[in-house]
Amino acid sequence: MRRRVRLGDWLLPLLAVLAFVYLFVPIAYTIAFSFNDAPRANRVWQGFTLDNWRDPCAARGVCEAVATSLQVGLLATLVATVLGTALALALVRHRFRFRSTTNLLIFVPMATPEVVLGASLLTQFLNLGVPLGFQTVVIAHIVFCLSFVVVTVKARVATLDPALEQAAADLYAGPVQAFWRVTFPLLLPGIMAAALLSFALSFDDFIITNFNSGNLDTFPKWVYVAAVRGLPAEANVIGSAMFVIALLLVAIGRLASLRRRAG
Amino acid sequence: MAVAATGHVTGPGDAATPGPAGPDPAVAAGPAGRAPYGLLAPGLLWLAAFFVAPIAVLFVTSLMVPVPGGDIGQFQPALDVGNYAQAVVEYWQIFLRSFWYGLLATVFALLVGYPLAYVIAVRARGRPTLQQFMLVLVIAPFFTSFIVRTLAWRQILADEGPVVGVLQALYLLPPDGRLTATSIAVVAGLTYNFLPFMILPIYAALGRLDLRLVEAGQDLYASPFTTFLRVTWPLSLPGVVAGTLLTFIPASADYVNATLLGNPGTRMIGNVIDAQFFNVVDYPLASALSFVLMAAIVVLVAAYVRRAGTEDLV
Repeated sequence: MRRRVRLGDWLLPLLAVLAFVYLFVPIAYTIAFSFNDAPRANRVWQGFTLDNWRDPCAARGVCEAVATSLQVGLLATLVATVLGTALALALVRHRFRFRSTTNLLIFVPMATPEVVLGASLLTQFLNLGVPLGFQTVVIAHIVFCLSFVVVTVKARVATLDPALEQAAADLYAGPVQAFWRVTFPLLLPGIMAAALLSFALSFDDFIITNFNSGNLDTFPKWVYVAAVRGLPAEANVIGSAMFVIALLLVAIGRLASLRRRAG
Repeated sequence: MAVAATGHVTGPGDAATPGPAGPDPAVAAGPAGRAPYGLLAPGLLWLAAFFVAPIAVLFVTSLMVPVPGGDIGQFQPALDVGNYAQAVVEYWQIFLRSFWYGLLATVFALLVGYPLAYVIAVRARGRPTLQQFMLVLVIAPFFTSFIVRTLAWRQILADEGPVVGVLQALYLLPPDGRLTATSIAVVAGLTYNFLPFMILPIYAALGRLDLRLVEAGQDLYASPFTTFLRVTWPLSLPGVVAGTLLTFIPASADYVNATLLGNPGTRMIGNVIDAQFFNVVDYPLASALSFVLMAAIVVLVAAYVRRAGTEDLV
C-alpha cells in the first residue's frame, strides 16, 4: 500500500529544526562576538580579531572569577554527589517509616524559587553572623545540587538487580566488598551523570550565588556586574570556550563508552 | 529533572511520587521499617541545616519589626503581620505580572519544546547516535553561561540588531518600534532560558511511549490528529506536567531576564525581593515577599496538578 505523505512527516522535523535554531542563535552570537575587534563595548560588529582569544585574562578579575567558579563547582559537586548517592541508595533499597517525607524533603528544594532559597540562606547566615564568601557559596550550591543528584542516581539504582548483590554475598563478599566491587561500578554511569549535571548547575548559578557570596566573584556574577559598564569580549571568549570544552568532553565520553562496548 | 549519560531523563515527579505500595523488587532484604541511618543522615542533616532551618529563619524574619531608633537593617523579633499586608497591597500588580510572564514563557516553551521532544523521542527512536546528538544539543546551551546567553539576546533584539530590522521591513513593527527594554524581550528571554527544562521531561515521557498504541489508533481509523489527541498527548502528560512546573516556577521568580532585557515597567517580583534585600535593606519585607511568592506558587501548582490529574483520567 502506498504511504500517504502526511503533514506531520515534514512539519515536525521543520519545527524541530526551528527549535534548534532558536536554541543556538544566542550561542552563535556569543561565539561570533568573541572575535569582535571591540575591546570595550562589545555590542556592534567592528571587525575580526583573534586578540580576545590570545589573552582572555586581560579583563580584570575575569580569570580569578572563573577559577573561583571551578573550585566552587568541584567542591559542591563532590559533596552533593556523595551525600546524594547515599540518599538515593537508601530511598530505593530500603523501606522505612519516613520514606515519603524524605522524598518530599528532597523534592521541595527543586520546586523552591532560587530567590527564596538564596534569601533564606542569606537570612540565616546574617543571623548567625557567618561571614559571606567562598564557604557560604559552596554550602548554598550543595543544597540545590543535592536534590538533582538524588533524582538522577535514583533512576539508576532502580534499574539494578538486587540479585547481583545477593550473588556477591553468596560468593562470600562482605557488604563493603559487594558494594565496591558490584554495586558501585554498576551505578557509576548514573553517578557520573549526576556529577556532571551538578557541576553544570553550580557553574551556571547566578541568583543563589549573588545572595550568598558577599564580595566574592564567580564567573556569572562577574559577567552580570561587568554587563552594566558594557561587557568586554573576554566574557564571550570564556563563554564560548566553556561551550566547546563541554561539547568535547561529552564527545570523548561518548567515544570512550562506544569503544568499551565494542572492545 | 536530570539527564544521565545514557540519555535517561527523570522528572521531579519521580522524586515526588513514592514507589508502589506493594513489595518492590529493587528493595533488598532487610529488617523492614528500620531506616538506613548511615546513608540518610548526612544528606538529610545538610537539608535540615541549610534548607529547612533557613526557611524557618526566613519566616521568623518576615514577622520582625524595625528596632525603634535603631540603624537601617536592625530588626527585632515580633509577631507583626504588617509586612505581609504591605507585600500584598503594595506589590500585587508585580506578583500578577510575574506569574503572567511565567505563564507566557511556559506556554511558548511548551509550543517550541513539545515538537522537538517528540522528534527526539519518537521519530529518532532506533537511532541512538542521532538521539544522543540531539539531546546533547538541547543541554549544550547550559554550558555557555546563563548571563552570557541573556546578554546575547539583548544584542540580537537591539535596535540596530537583525530582528528589529526584519520586523520593521515586514511592517510588523513600527519604524520607531523596539524590542529591547520591552515585555516581549523579557518573555522571549524567559522562554529561551528555561526551554531545556521543558524539553527533557517531555522527552523522557515520550521515550516510554509504546508506539504500538499509536498504530492501534491508526488501525481503528483515527486520523493522525485524533490519535495524537487521544493516545500520544495523554501518555506524555506526566512529562508535560513536570516540564511546565520546571519552567513556570523559575521563570516566574527570575529577575535576571527582567533586569537585562526589560525596563522599570517590566519589573518582576524577583527584582523587588532582590532590591529589598540589598538596596532598601528591609529584611522583614523581603522575607514576607518571599513567603507570599512561595505560597502563591504552592497554590497555583496544587490547582494545576489537580486539574492536569483529572484531565488525565478523562
